[in-house]
Amino acid sequence: MADLKGQEADDPHGSVYRVQGALTITRAATTQREIDALPDPLTIDLSEINRMDTVGAWIVYRTVRDRGAKVVGASRDETSLLEQVGEFDAPTRVTPEEAGGFTRVLRELGEWVAEAGVTLVGLLGFLGAVLIGFANVIRRPARRFRLNAVVQRFDVVGVRALGIIGLMSFLIGIVIAQQGAVQLAQFGAEVYTINLIGRITVRELGVLMTAIMVAGRSGSAFAAQIGTMKITEEIDAMRTIGVSPVEALVLPRMMASILMMPLLGFWAILTALFGGGIFVWLDLGIPPGTYIQRLQEVIPMTDLWIALIKAPVFGFIIALAGCFQGMLVSGNSEEVGSRTTTAVVQSIFLVIVLDAVFAVFFSSIGWA
Amino acid sequence: MSAQDAEPVITVKGLRNSFGEQVIHQDLDLTVRRGEILGVVGGSGTGKSVLLRSIIGLQTPDAGEIEVLGENMIGRDEDEAKNIRRRWGILFQNGALFSTLTVAENVEVPIREYFPYIKPPLLDEIASYKIAMGGLPANAGPKFPSELSGGMVKRAGLARALALDPELLFLDEPTAGLDPIAAAAFDELILSLQKRLDLTVFLITHDLDTLHAICDRIAVLADKKVLGVGTIPELLALDHPWIQEYFNGPRGRAAAASYEHEVVA
Repeated sequence: MADLKGQEADDPHGSVYRVQGALTITRAATTQREIDALPDPLTIDLSEINRMDTVGAWIVYRTVRDRGAKVVGASRDETSLLEQVGEFDAPTRVTPEEAGGFTRVLRELGEWVAEAGVTLVGLLGFLGAVLIGFANVIRRPARRFRLNAVVQRFDVVGVRALGIIGLMSFLIGIVIAQQGAVQLAQFGAEVYTINLIGRITVRELGVLMTAIMVAGRSGSAFAAQIGTMKITEEIDAMRTIGVSPVEALVLPRMMASILMMPLLGFWAILTALFGGGIFVWLDLGIPPGTYIQRLQEVIPMTDLWIALIKAPVFGFIIALAGCFQGMLVSGNSEEVGSRTTTAVVQSIFLVIVLDAVFAVFFSSIGWA
Repeated sequence: MSAQDAEPVITVKGLRNSFGEQVIHQDLDLTVRRGEILGVVGGSGTGKSVLLRSIIGLQTPDAGEIEVLGENMIGRDEDEAKNIRRRWGILFQNGALFSTLTVAENVEVPIREYFPYIKPPLLDEIASYKIAMGGLPANAGPKFPSELSGGMVKRAGLARALALDPELLFLDEPTAGLDPIAAAAFDELILSLQKRLDLTVFLITHDLDTLHAICDRIAVLADKKVLGVGTIPELLALDHPWIQEYFNGPRGRAAAASYEHEVVA
C-alpha cells in the first residue's frame, strides 16, 4: 500500500503536500480529498514518490491549473508526464446537453406527438407496401411466391406452437370448469358448467388466448428477426440485389400468421373443451358421451364462425405489428429490444380492442 | 533491441483449443516481453482471436498454461481475476462500446467499477483527458456510439482501454475498416501512447503497414501453432511458404518498400 501524507508546513503562509510511495489511480480519491483539504498557497512535493501514472499526474496537473500550486522535487520523467497530460487537457461533457424543467416536458410531449404521427403514417405506408406485395404475388404466383419461406414460417408459427398452446388451453378449460362448477353449485346448477365451458371457450377465450400466445411467441420473433436484419444491413443487401424485403420477409410471416391463427385457435378450443370435459367427468361425474352431446346442444354454430372469423384478423394484426416494428429498427441493438417489446404490447392491445369491437358487432347482428 | 531480455508479460505454454472435432490450437507457445509491441498475424481461421480470448480469459482452453503479468490465468476465481483485469486494457475489433452510454461514460465505466470513491468532477476530467489521449476531439465526449464513425469508435474504444492506466494493452485488428490515413494515424497514436505510458502491446492485425510501422516483433500463427516470432527479416529466414507469401506477396512488398526494410528471401 502506498503511503501518502498531507501535512501542513510550518510556514504559516501555505501548506505543503508531500507524497510518498506511489501516486496512482489506486489512491486517486484519497489524494484528491487530502489536497482539497489543504489551504492555499499549496506546494506539492514529489521528491519522495517512486511511481506516478497518468491519473496521479492529472491530479497534480489540475491542482496546479486550478489553484496555482507549486510543484517541487519532480524528476525528469515525472515532469515530462505532467507536461504530457497537460497536452490532453480538453474538457468534454459527459452527457449530451439537455434542457431542464418545463422546456423539457414540452419538448418530450412534442417529440411524442411527432413520433406518433410519423409512426401512423409509416404504418399506413407499410400496410400499403404489404398489400402491393400481396397483389404482386397473386399476379405472378409462380415467380413471386416463396414456397419454402412460407412453409418454414408455417412450421415455426403453427406446428411448433401446438404443444404450448394445447397445454395452455387444456389448463384454461380445467380452470373454467372448476371455477364455474363452484359458483353454479350454489344454485344446484352444476350441469350448466358445460354451457359455460362450451360457449366461453369457443366464442371468446380459445382464440383470444391463442392470439396472446402467438403475439408473445411469434410477433416478438418477427420484430426481433427483422430488426436484427436491419442492423446487420441484410435488408439493405436484399434491396440492392433486387429482392423485396416485404415479399421475402414480411409476406411469408403474414401468411403464416393469418393462416395459422384459425388452425391454432381451433386446436385451442378443442383442447380447452377436452380439459373441461375431463374435469366435468371426474368432478361432477358427467360421462364424456353426455358431455359431448350437451356441447352440441348448447353451442350455436355461429360461435365457431365468430371464432374462425376473428382468428385470421388477429393473426394479421400480430404479424403487422411485429414486422412493422422490426422494419422501424435503426441504429443500435438496444432498439431491437425496445421495438420487440412495443410490437408485443401493441399487438396484444390491438387484439383485445378488436375483440371488444367484434363482440359488440356480432351481438348486434344477432349472432348471440 | 532492449526488449530482448526483458521479463515476460504474457507466457503461453502448450495451449490447446478446439471446437468439437475442429482443433484450433495444438501445443501453442508464445511469450510477450515487457515493453514491446507484438504483432500477431495469421490467415483467416488460424485462431488469432481465439488466442486473444484464451489469454484474456474469455475462453477456457482444453489444455495448456497461460500466465499474464506473472499470474496464472487458468482456473482462477472471479475475485482473483479482477486484480489482473485492472492491469490490462482491451480494444475489441468492433469497439464493443456500451451502446446506451456516451463515449465519456464508456470511459468512466472501468474507473467507476474499480474506484467508486473518485468524485464526479475528477472522474469527468479523467474521462476528458483519456478521450483526448485516444485522439478524439472534446465534442466526442457526450456522443453515443451510434453517432460515431468507424474510426472514432476505435479511438473511443482505445480511450476506454486506457482508462485504468494499464500496463498491457490488447488490440484486436485496430486498423481494420479504417481508411489508410486514419489507419496510419491510429498506428502513430498507438506507438506514441506505448512510448509515453510504457505499455506492452499485444496486437492482432492483418495490416502489413502496421506490422512494418510499429511492431517490435511479429508472431506468425499457422498450422495450429506459432510458427515463429521475430522481426520480419528473421521470419523470412524461416523459409515457410505462408510467411514468404505473406511478406513477399505484392502487398507485402509494397508495404516493405515504403518502410525501407531489407527484405531478404
